[in-house]
Amino acid sequence: MLKEKKTRVPSKNRNGYSPSTLVSVIFSLNGSQATCSIPSSMLLIDLIREEFGLTGTKPGCREGECGACTVLVDGHAVNSCLYLTVNINGKEVTTIEGLTGRDGNLDPVQKAMISKGAIQCGFCTPGMVMSIKSLVNRNKNAKKKMNREEIKKSLEGNLCRCTGYIKIIDAAEAAITKMDEKITEIH
Amino acid sequence: MKQIIQLTVNGNDYELAVKPGPTLLDLLRDDLKLTGTKKGCELGDCGACTVLLDGKAVNSCLVLAVECDGRKVETIESLATINGLHPIQKAFIEKGAIQCGYCTPGMIMRVKSLLDEKPDASKEDIQNGITGNLCRCTGYKKIIEAVETARDKMNGKESEKPAVHQQKATGDLSVVGKSLPKLDAPDKATGRAQYTDDITLPNMLYGKLLLSPVPHAVIKSIDVSEALKLPGVKAILTGADVPDITWGTSPPRYDEYILAKKKVRFVGDVVAAVAAVDEETCYRALKLINVDYEELPSVFDPMEAMKPGAPRLFDDKYENNINTRVDHHFGDIEKGFAEADHVREARFVGNRTYQNPIEPHCSIAEWDRHGRVTLYSSTQVVHYVHHQLGRILDMPLGNIRVVMTHCGGGFGAKAATTTLDVMSVFLAKKTGQPVKMRFNREEMYLYGRGRHKQYIDLKIGVKKDGTITAVKQKAVLEGGAYSSFGIVSTYYAGSMLTTNYKFPNYKYDGYRVNTNLPPCGAFRGHGCPQPRFAFESLLSMVADDIGMDQVEIRLKNAMTPEYHTINDLDIHSCEFKACIEEVKKKSGWEKKKGKMPRGRGIGIGCGGFVSGAGYPIYRSKFPHSNAIIKVEEDGSKAVLFIGDADIGQGSDTVLAMAACEAMGISFDRISVISADSDITPVGFGAYSSRVTLMGGNASKMAGEEIKKQVLAAAASILNCGENNLDSKDNKVFVKDHPDQFISWEEAARTHFSLKGPLIGKGHYSPPEGLGGKYKGAAVGTSPAYSFSATICEVEADMETGKVKVLNFWDAHDCGTAINPLAVEGQAEGSVVMGMSEVLLEDEVFDKKGKIINADLHNYLIATSADIPAIDTTIVDSYEPQGPYGAKEIGEGAIVPILGALANAISDAIGVRIYDLPITPQKVLEAIHSAKNKSTRS
Repeated sequence: MLKEKKTRVPSKNRNGYSPSTLVSVIFSLNGSQATCSIPSSMLLIDLIREEFGLTGTKPGCREGECGACTVLVDGHAVNSCLYLTVNINGKEVTTIEGLTGRDGNLDPVQKAMISKGAIQCGFCTPGMVMSIKSLVNRNKNAKKKMNREEIKKSLEGNLCRCTGYIKIIDAAEAAITKMDEKITEIH
Repeated sequence: MKQIIQLTVNGNDYELAVKPGPTLLDLLRDDLKLTGTKKGCELGDCGACTVLLDGKAVNSCLVLAVECDGRKVETIESLATINGLHPIQKAFIEKGAIQCGYCTPGMIMRVKSLLDEKPDASKEDIQNGITGNLCRCTGYKKIIEAVETARDKMNGKESEKPAVHQQKATGDLSVVGKSLPKLDAPDKATGRAQYTDDITLPNMLYGKLLLSPVPHAVIKSIDVSEALKLPGVKAILTGADVPDITWGTSPPRYDEYILAKKKVRFVGDVVAAVAAVDEETCYRALKLINVDYEELPSVFDPMEAMKPGAPRLFDDKYENNINTRVDHHFGDIEKGFAEADHVREARFVGNRTYQNPIEPHCSIAEWDRHGRVTLYSSTQVVHYVHHQLGRILDMPLGNIRVVMTHCGGGFGAKAATTTLDVMSVFLAKKTGQPVKMRFNREEMYLYGRGRHKQYIDLKIGVKKDGTITAVKQKAVLEGGAYSSFGIVSTYYAGSMLTTNYKFPNYKYDGYRVNTNLPPCGAFRGHGCPQPRFAFESLLSMVADDIGMDQVEIRLKNAMTPEYHTINDLDIHSCEFKACIEEVKKKSGWEKKKGKMPRGRGIGIGCGGFVSGAGYPIYRSKFPHSNAIIKVEEDGSKAVLFIGDADIGQGSDTVLAMAACEAMGISFDRISVISADSDITPVGFGAYSSRVTLMGGNASKMAGEEIKKQVLAAAASILNCGENNLDSKDNKVFVKDHPDQFISWEEAARTHFSLKGPLIGKGHYSPPEGLGGKYKGAAVGTSPAYSFSATICEVEADMETGKVKVLNFWDAHDCGTAINPLAVEGQAEGSVVMGMSEVLLEDEVFDKKGKIINADLHNYLIATSADIPAIDTTIVDSYEPQGPYGAKEIGEGAIVPILGALANAISDAIGVRIYDLPITPQKVLEAIHSAKNKSTRS
């Protein structure tokens, strides 16, 4: 459902973009329709952080190694630092800010991460949450849910230096396998 | 559509795609995040947004971004280099030309362009060159001095250093009594200082209020469905969505709803609030909200409103629209007038003026996942906002954090919780996103809370020798639609008449009347300037009647120390007579009075104010000011945490000076964190001129506690009793042998090593039992009172009626001036603001109660070109209740200005004008009517 419309024009050659070749894109950002004129070489992470001020998506390495910048494009996790904005035309982009409902309720993945103690410094967390969310999406209608080993393997693109991953995988497992059950309520 | 432009900003090249609409100001602030350039009026009136475009000063709010293709822009951020500040910035800091700092970046850029163009600009060139940049704090004098200093410096010349008069009481002190630049001045001179509107939080929305277009109506229905459909709109709240409680400023008269529930009572009353992705979308949404108003008869004149049968604003209270009634009678008024040899009475009418801080109000609210809310606000009273939010949200104070950012001037306009504070919190809660709300200039006027217009009937009786035997005052205050500060204003209008002169019999009848106009509140001098204008005018008339000199009649009746007034106020220190003598001498009164040609006039006016209200608005037993000082573990620096608010008057600096003096360290070793409810202990904020005395005492006490601990630690090193030690100038020394000392930081470090954190706490409450026992006795009580006298000289053009103010000589008993530079800044700012109120300012409404001059080109405030020569004196005085003997200056200094100027004009034109503002039209009419009278007779 595209209910709202945002129009932004990238107006600065921040990060070295030149607006001399502007391309128009229309896409959905966290459920709102967004129309943008963007430099053809602009990366999705810069559009999200600089133009829309959504700084929940983190730049860790800007070369696709760490996964801190993970967002969902049409429900699939992508590294937004490797994704050209021109490719989002007509697609749905969800960032960490879009995961929380309008009613203020947290997504089950967020709840699982909090209750399992999977968050320490928190810098990898938004990307990690989005990656897990894509796994949840993938498993939603699967007859056989992913097992712990598969989950572990699937999250290897998201680096975490604090937790040792155990509690993150616990959270992911809880979110994926018990997604029909109630996860401990946190606010 | 979008256009690609190339421009250079501060030496960096940009290639940008811009839409046709946004201005250069938008581009700088929103896109390039260069928030040093300020948004004051968005109409080119105030100059706060001045930048250089190809080297020439322009109002960036009047230049479209698309016009800047191929051009060079310089903003305040470019002026300081790695090698240091620009000479203009240095001069502004050193000369005390910066108070709230909101006009400063624009002012400095204007000056840069002026001096680039004309390196040897004369004082007059400067005064005329900066008229497009409005400043509401400084009175421009120190700005002009700073520009002259910078000019000389840039031309390789040294300016003359003015002689400094040191007060007797500060002789032995090493920090207090010095004219030091304000702590925050460098940040303000470079554009670094963040005001609320300079903050952008991630994922932030914007909010706007729907204001009533009608003066008095029942809301039949509100339909927000169309507005909610607008893309980008996130939430709309109406009266039905907010708690069913009333609020306001004075607890006994909470009569406002957060959003109108059933009725609107003035054009500007708050009906709904919208949050959306940007302000433009908010404004479009507001137009789509459909409100069905059933209009009611309205009333705009307080005299009409009091009559039986007039439209009532509140059905259930305030009979005859009388919101507050004061009936005070002290002594025996009949007897007093009977004893008089001469009695005179007259009616004086004030004007409805607006504080007009250059920074518009702004609030940003954000909730966290623990149900805690943080509010950033441009407020004078962090802890009152804190308290009010706790009440409205029904939440413990610990779940609410109120942070004051830098505040671009208040003068009372920001002395209460605003609808922006409350609604940003509600909208942020509703949307789950941070919400920023700000007023534009028009909305500031519509929201109101300016000075009450007062209709004053005053009667004074005197003996032949000028001794006042009785005073009777009736004041009708035009209050607007709601109470705001109005109860207090009504009491102040009467109670403070007794502090300047002694009189044994006094009757005061006060009426505050509701009308369908924006609510009136507290404006510098709160309630007092207009009654004092009336009193000083009438006293001069009485003096003339009995053939007595106007100065002499004041000396005859002047207040003296340790006096108990007829209405139970206790005056302690009082050097009022010294103030009068000083301005008499400096002005050459005897040579001028009655000896100048027609069209030239001289007048005297006096005044004063409380140094903090004796009782707070919200009754509590908490000390009024509280301070904590924390010393770093290496003893190198101290941080003062204080709840009181620096709104530009320089309280952070003054309180830090008191703390440094108490600890025995130099001023370069302290920094201040103020007005953050999470971090600083409760302090009632910047109103009623309370901060120097109350915050100063708390800071001093905290400093003394630190000193005690430092001396104890030093005693163990110096092997002597701590009672034999003292600290000063960063040393701890043996009193009898000052050559035996250790460094202050060594002593502090030793304390930390042995005992842990070095913390000092301080608090201040006014003495108990201030004031009398009658109803309303609390208003006017204070630990100490300030006194001021001013003499003013004017020239009136008898052909056009235009009045030019030539000189103001003003003298102040503010106790010890902790920072004389800051005291002068308050005095000069008061002179110009008061003068501006007398000559220029008045809100004008159409027949439907809508203000028609809600901007800065139809509502004029004084510019640099209007100002007279100002000669300020701080007289010797010492107030035992104050920190190092200090009292207030911020409000008392404006109180005498109105009467002095009115008296001077009357002297110049030979006719008395009884109502403010004294415009050229009124002067001309007065001259003509006097002429007609004399030809007829």
